[in-house]
Formats: sequence, structure tokens, C-alpha cells
Amino acid sequence: MIDYLREIISGTWSLFVGLGITIRYFFQPVVTVQYPHETLPMTPRFRGHIELVKDEETGEPKCIVCGMCQKACPSNCITVNGEKREGVKGKVLTEYTLDFTKCSLCGLCVESCTPKAITFSKDYNLAGVRKEAYIFDLKKRLEAKN
Amino acid sequence: MSAFAESEAKETFVLNLGPQHPATHGVLRVKLTMDGEYIVEAEPVLGYIHRMHEKMGENRTWAQFLPNTGRMDYLHALAFNHGYVSVVERAAGIEVPERAEYLRVITSELNRVSSHLLWFGAFILDLGGFSPLLYAFDDREHILDLLESVTGSRLTYCYFRFGGVYNDIDGDFVVGARAFIKRLRGRMPMYHNLVTKNIILMKRLREVGPISAEMCRKYGATGPVCRGSGINFDVRKHEPYSIYPEMDFEVPVYEQCDSMARYMVRMDEIEQSLRIVEQALDKLPEGPVMADKVPKIIKPPKGDYYHAVETARGSFGVRVVSDGSNTPYRLKLRSPTYSNLSLYGEACQGMLLPDALALMGSLDLVIPEIDR
Repeated sequence: MIDYLREIISGTWSLFVGLGITIRYFFQPVVTVQYPHETLPMTPRFRGHIELVKDEETGEPKCIVCGMCQKACPSNCITVNGEKREGVKGKVLTEYTLDFTKCSLCGLCVESCTPKAITFSKDYNLAGVRKEAYIFDLKKRLEAKN
Repeated sequence: MSAFAESEAKETFVLNLGPQHPATHGVLRVKLTMDGEYIVEAEPVLGYIHRMHEKMGENRTWAQFLPNTGRMDYLHALAFNHGYVSVVERAAGIEVPERAEYLRVITSELNRVSSHLLWFGAFILDLGGFSPLLYAFDDREHILDLLESVTGSRLTYCYFRFGGVYNDIDGDFVVGARAFIKRLRGRMPMYHNLVTKNIILMKRLREVGPISAEMCRKYGATGPVCRGSGINFDVRKHEPYSIYPEMDFEVPVYEQCDSMARYMVRMDEIEQSLRIVEQALDKLPEGPVMADKVPKIIKPPKGDYYHAVETARGSFGVRVVSDGSNTPYRLKLRSPTYSNLSLYGEACQGMLLPDALALMGSLDLVIPEIDR
């Protein structure tokens, strides 16, 4: 009987302790960020979708069309094509397509790239209604940036 | 009403729990045969999120399977990373620099804390309490920010590589991790006052959902489930790997076998993980984070290799069979929750439905890892 009453009293007290904690936190500053109105800075290592890197001297993509990224990709979402041109050493990039619908953002392509011709973008606000919107022509994107 | 059915079932009906149900945490379906509020039979139905990860592994190179590991157990992705890279390193005979092993332990222990915090919030949510989830997510957010600054992603990490880790940490990470340990230690008494000592939680969990040590052995349950039943088994202690033998930590074991014991094991493990992180940060040696002579295309010699790691949910084992080519011949993944769930049917016989849901929450199920 005494145990029963003791349990009622200590149990009720435990509820008030809990309420006290929530009330204390109610008056503390808000920790959430009101997302579309405020955004947090991205960390430098954030892995977004990939982007081609421009050669500062020539203004052309740094890519040497070795195809290592294409081979490293677990989901086969990269297509690289190039051609031989007269007067230019090595191959010239003609196509670099990223099928973002299949990409899992693992970053193995960037690691495999010896000339460091691809990098991660910081783009995370991606939304679209058509599948085609996610098949990125990275060469065009680079040209549009220039 | 008593906690268990008193007489034999006379009139039963079938109740479908899931595959879309808030308490099943994903696409798990449980076919319940009910006698009123009491469960006569429970049959978990799996396979709704089966993605044939094992077969995928056999069809891509050793390195290409790395991103998959983080997508099985998305809550403790780094431990799954660790299991897979360790077995391939064992197969190919790759030596890992000491600093890389320290970084692996620091990040995967932080990841374990974040997994337990999410479980804590979701478990209390299953029992009907909403606010603890928000407090737990507030703390978890700090870990995600820390790990994002190192690994580049927030959930499905792919940080470990054969022979080391992908990036070194910087001073900010060390400062941030120490600040976080201090912060979480300050918050743990609050969690205990708010939740553990709460009379409603005690009434819902104490002496509810018994899982005996014998049942754990029968079904191969590991992790907090078996440690809540008095079995002292932790891969980090009993089959030590990486730098765990150098770390001073305890394995929390509770003898009560009820849902409360499993709850307490996880709450104590948070503190033990923080201790490991703290010691590893103190001892962190200088040096490279990647082994020098890692071949670009890995071709382990012919053979059969196994390595187990302790994840937040139990023992995760990877067995690979190599035929000497650049893809695995066979990749077998032993995931902990699959075994932990298989005892559910037997454990909840004759139990009240709300108690069975509390038991399911205390098992800490991650469905993508069960189905793989």
C-alpha cells in the first residue's frame, strides 16, 4: 500500500520534472533555421553534382578525355567523348554528359581524375518536373558560365 | 488487462501492420493474428526494399561497391564502410596508416552516437512522446555538421577507402568534436530527467517485451538487443579490430531482458562512444591518412575472407570470395537487424499490441539493412 502511494507521488513528480524541462527550453533561443529565407553556409567539402574545371590559360575545359571518370563511376552515369584535332596535342573534349538521375554523389569520379578537371558544385537547390532536366551537358554549363 | 493473454485464442482476426506504418520505420510489414488486443502470431514480411546489394557487388569492381555500403544502414553508414574496407584490406594485404585508423574510429563512433540519438527520438515517438525527438535531433544535427565538414555528406557517408580515408581532418573538426562531447555530456542528465525517469516510460518498458538470453543465441541476435539480455558480446571487445584494443571503454550489459534494459544499454553506449572519441582525439598521431602503395585496380588473391565490425545495431560481417579478378566472386553481407528482427515473432506471442510495438521500437530496426 505504501509502495503504491509512493509510486503515485514519485510518478506525478517525474511528470512535473519533465514539464519543467520543456518549459525551460520553450524560453531558450530557437535552434532551427527558417530555410528558404535563411540559409547556412556550405562546407567546402560538400559533394554536389560534378562540374568541369576551366583551364585558366586557354579558357577550354581541362579535361584530357582519358575516360577514367567514366570507368570509375559505379552507376555508369558519365559519358565522355573527344576527337583528335590538328595542331592540338591530345584529344579535345566534344561531349561530357552527366546523367544526374542515376548519380549517387559518391565522388569516385573526382578522385580518379588525374588532371583535376572535374570538381563538385555547391548546387543543392535542384528541383524539376522533367527527367531531361537532370541530364546535364557539363560542357555547355561551363561555356554558359564564361 | 494483464500483459499476456490468459486463455487460448477462440476467435482470431488478421491485422496488417505496415508496409507503410509510422511504427515500422520504413517498409516492413508484420502480419499479426490477433485475439482481441492480444497477439497470437506475428510474422514479419520482408523484401519491400530489397535492392540486391550482394549481387550488385558481384557486378562491379571492388572500389565501386563502396557507395553501396552507406546505403544499407543509412544511420550507421561509417561502420558499414569500415566492415567492407577492412575485409578488402585483409584480402589484398593492404597496411593502413595509424592516423587513418584513428580517424576511422573517431568518425564511426560519432556516427554511432548520432544513430543512437535518432533511435532515441524515434523510439519515444513510437511510445507517443514527441518533444524528446526534437531535443535528440538538435544534438544529432551537430554531429551531422561535424561529419559533413570531413566527409562531404550528411547521411550516406562514403569516407573510407582501401588503405585509409579519403580526407584528413582539420583543427576545426577537433575543436568541434571536443565541444560536442562537452555539450552532449551536459545534455544527458536532461534526457534522463525528461525521459528515463518518466513514470509513463517506465510503465511502458519495465518488464515488457522479454527476450531471453537463450532466444538471443537461438536467433543470433547481437548488439544492444543481446546486451540487454545479459550476454556480454561486443565485436569491438571480443574480436578486436582497428585501434579498439588501445581504447579504454566498457560494454554496458543489463540482465533484465526487457525493453527498458535495451533502452538503457543504448543510453550508456552513447557515453562510452564519447569516451572512445575523446581518447582517440587525445592520442591522434601525425602522419599520412592513406597507405602509399595501394594499387589503382585492386585484385585480391584467390581466397575466402571475413571481417566483422560492431555497428550501432550489432555485429555486421562481410564475407568476400575472390577469384583473383577485379570483381568479387561472392559478396555475403551479414546484417545485424535481420537476426534481431527474426526473434520478433516468437518474442511477442501473447503480448498486447501496444507492448509489441514498444518491443519493436526497442529492437532499433533499419529496414534497408534487413532487406539489403
